[in-house]
Amino acid sequence: MQIKNSAKEYDVIIVGSGAGGGMATKILSEAGLSVAVVEAGPYYDPANPEQMTQLKWAWHSPRRGAGTRRFFGDYDQAYGGWEIDGEPYGQVGDTDFKWFRSRMLGGRTNHWGRISLRFGPNDFKRKSIDGLGENWPISYDDIKPYYDKVDKLIGVFGTKENMYNEPDGFFLPPPKPRLHELFYIKGARKSNVKVIPSRLSVVTKRINNDRGVCYYCNGCARSCNVYADFSSGSCLIFPAQKSGGQIDLYVNSMVRTVTTNDEGKATGVSFIDKEENKEYKLKGKVVVLAASACSSARILLNSKSKQHPNGLGNSSDLIGKYLHDSTGGDMMAFIPELIDRKTYNEDGVGGMHVYSPWWLDNKKLDFPRGYHIEVWGGMGNPTYGTGFNVNSFNKFFGINKAGGYGDVLRSDMKKYYGSTIGISGRGESVAQKTNYCEIDPTKVDKYGVPTLRFNYKWTDNEIKQAKHMQDTFEEIIHNMGGIPLWGKPGKDANYGLNKPGWIIHEVGTTRMGNNPKTSVTNEFERLHDVNNVYVVDAGPFVSQADKNPTWTILALAWRSSEHIVEQFKKQNFS
Amino acid sequence: MKRRDSLKTMALASLGASLFLESCYGISRETITRSLTRYEYGRTPEEKEIDDKLFAQKFFTNDELLTLDKLCNIILPPNEFGSIRDAEVVQLIEFMAKDIPSYQEPLRNGLVWIDKECKTRFTKIFIDCELSQQKEILDEIAYYNPNENMDDQSEPVQWFNLVRNLTMTGYFTSEVGIKELGYKGNFPNVWDGVPQDVLDQYGLEYDKEWLDKFVDQSKRNIIAEWDDDGNLIT
Repeated sequence: MQIKNSAKEYDVIIVGSGAGGGMATKILSEAGLSVAVVEAGPYYDPANPEQMTQLKWAWHSPRRGAGTRRFFGDYDQAYGGWEIDGEPYGQVGDTDFKWFRSRMLGGRTNHWGRISLRFGPNDFKRKSIDGLGENWPISYDDIKPYYDKVDKLIGVFGTKENMYNEPDGFFLPPPKPRLHELFYIKGARKSNVKVIPSRLSVVTKRINNDRGVCYYCNGCARSCNVYADFSSGSCLIFPAQKSGGQIDLYVNSMVRTVTTNDEGKATGVSFIDKEENKEYKLKGKVVVLAASACSSARILLNSKSKQHPNGLGNSSDLIGKYLHDSTGGDMMAFIPELIDRKTYNEDGVGGMHVYSPWWLDNKKLDFPRGYHIEVWGGMGNPTYGTGFNVNSFNKFFGINKAGGYGDVLRSDMKKYYGSTIGISGRGESVAQKTNYCEIDPTKVDKYGVPTLRFNYKWTDNEIKQAKHMQDTFEEIIHNMGGIPLWGKPGKDANYGLNKPGWIIHEVGTTRMGNNPKTSVTNEFERLHDVNNVYVVDAGPFVSQADKNPTWTILALAWRSSEHIVEQFKKQNFS
Repeated sequence: MKRRDSLKTMALASLGASLFLESCYGISRETITRSLTRYEYGRTPEEKEIDDKLFAQKFFTNDELLTLDKLCNIILPPNEFGSIRDAEVVQLIEFMAKDIPSYQEPLRNGLVWIDKECKTRFTKIFIDCELSQQKEILDEIAYYNPNENMDDQSEPVQWFNLVRNLTMTGYFTSEVGIKELGYKGNFPNVWDGVPQDVLDQYGLEYDKEWLDKFVDQSKRNIIAEWDDDGNLIT
């Protein structure tokens, strides 16, 4: 491969353009620093009609939106998925870790669920509470000002609830619940499960003049063409470019290593231009990795040198370790009361309008850590799969005959449309040193870069939590007058606990701490070993709360970026 | 009526069999090109390439396409909203057989089976049978016990279930089918809660203490400002 070196030296090279990379781009460029953003996928703008899937109908696709090419369906805005051609990953033993990658400007922020929850005070100090895992080196008070700024910059709807571990923020007003959500509220409250309006980064009220206001098409997973939802491109990178920042975007450019000098300090990155299949080098005074927890770990582990024989920043041998994902469990039900519904537009925002934050005290339970409950259902936009087994719910009315042909299928279709509801738990697992990603010594991808393999086992903590989810969901569904649609998974199926990685909240691979022997990064997400390399994705998370990681990635990346700016002012990078 | 005769009849009845096949099932090069340009749905160059490749292949024979057309029309006869031809159901089945290759064998086996069954009973292939004869056979494979696993059903029952599923999804994801179903979204609008008559129907209401918290849609375009405690003041 030909290697072409660029003469320019950037102040900062940012690897990846998702939540963390986007925030770093904005804060660092607005401080006057020159920035290179290196993204492995193509340029993407949700407003570009050529790339847009929002407002498309099923019949605009020859497969009617089926998930054969994009896992979550043709209209989901993630270029990539669980598998990417020529870029494999492996498993150790019987591990079955799922790794979702999205290669495009903005990364996975283009399709994510927009559930934007702050971690609470307890979430930073879990070890002090239950003796498990590790405390963060920072507290809620350290990060609160940044959560506040993220709320005001990006916009999140929600309500003030004064719950200690579910901190309130600067909220936009939430939308009213849909019909199936009112059923959920009724069912959950009967079981003393608290329900509050959702907290999603969707602009229900104007936040600034550069972004539009939500027009309720339910298409957030398709990324919003008026920028009314949070995507890193539309909310961080484009505005930073617009305000005159010195930003060079390198797209279709996959970073292979962080380059270092004889003193072991980072000098830039080497990357592969995927279109030309050539390797280039970029020079930078500071390197900020934001490629996603596992990709950043891979880059660091592949950046071996005489000074860093174990991989860059890996003197602790902890890069890749403490990898953990949220727990997940689900139950779906048929609500007989919801047959033959009156149809009306109930699209709403692209996500649930209400949810249940963790409501119990673990001291009275046989597992540590909690979960929140998400709810889904309603009269959705039909895509491939709509109408399959159209009248199999006949069995719930004691009719042991389904199928047939003719006009009865039309009436059955309308009868059962919008009559199901789904409940999902998303919870906190306890990070384990024995759960990790590492470089597979025997495999390289199509660019010749060594790939990752995963080793991951759930523990009893997560399995017991999953059982609690199933018992809770069953009760709530019963309270709603619903009938579960599939058998309750038992012990042999880990009580329905999703495979690790499945919830796409993988964190912890470069965890932060004060002790360089037991952590990879410090509280400003800087490598202990090298003072000019930072990791601003979810790698530095010490523990994943029963929340979603994005809002915390953003707040930490803002805090760390301010730290970088201060260091530049003190002339600590030269 | 022999197969060729039936085609001839269709030719007279529907502006010509060849034209029918071409326009409905994408057989000519021109139709393939047309199919390619009409699907604008935000594909990456790599995805476009995959679609192009699938469109350039042909899986079902013309005879099989005509049999599917007949079957789908029996499953969902046309009504005032539309037909399986308006909904391009057979084109979808052809495409999905290429997009999901595991569909190919069961779909084709079923088509072979039903022609054989018709020949045994009525000495004609399916498409040449009278509607009553076609229904006589379908009545034997169209129903199943929903309490039982579909994998445990006979192959013809599984096959017809697959054809029915593809027909239903093809119709109800089409423009005419979605209109018939009554889905009313996927366009810019303002959500302001469940209609009152629907709330009344289910005996539900919004919490009084929540009502003040919801978005006031008349003020949605006024830029949000908060006091220091996070209370919205605009």
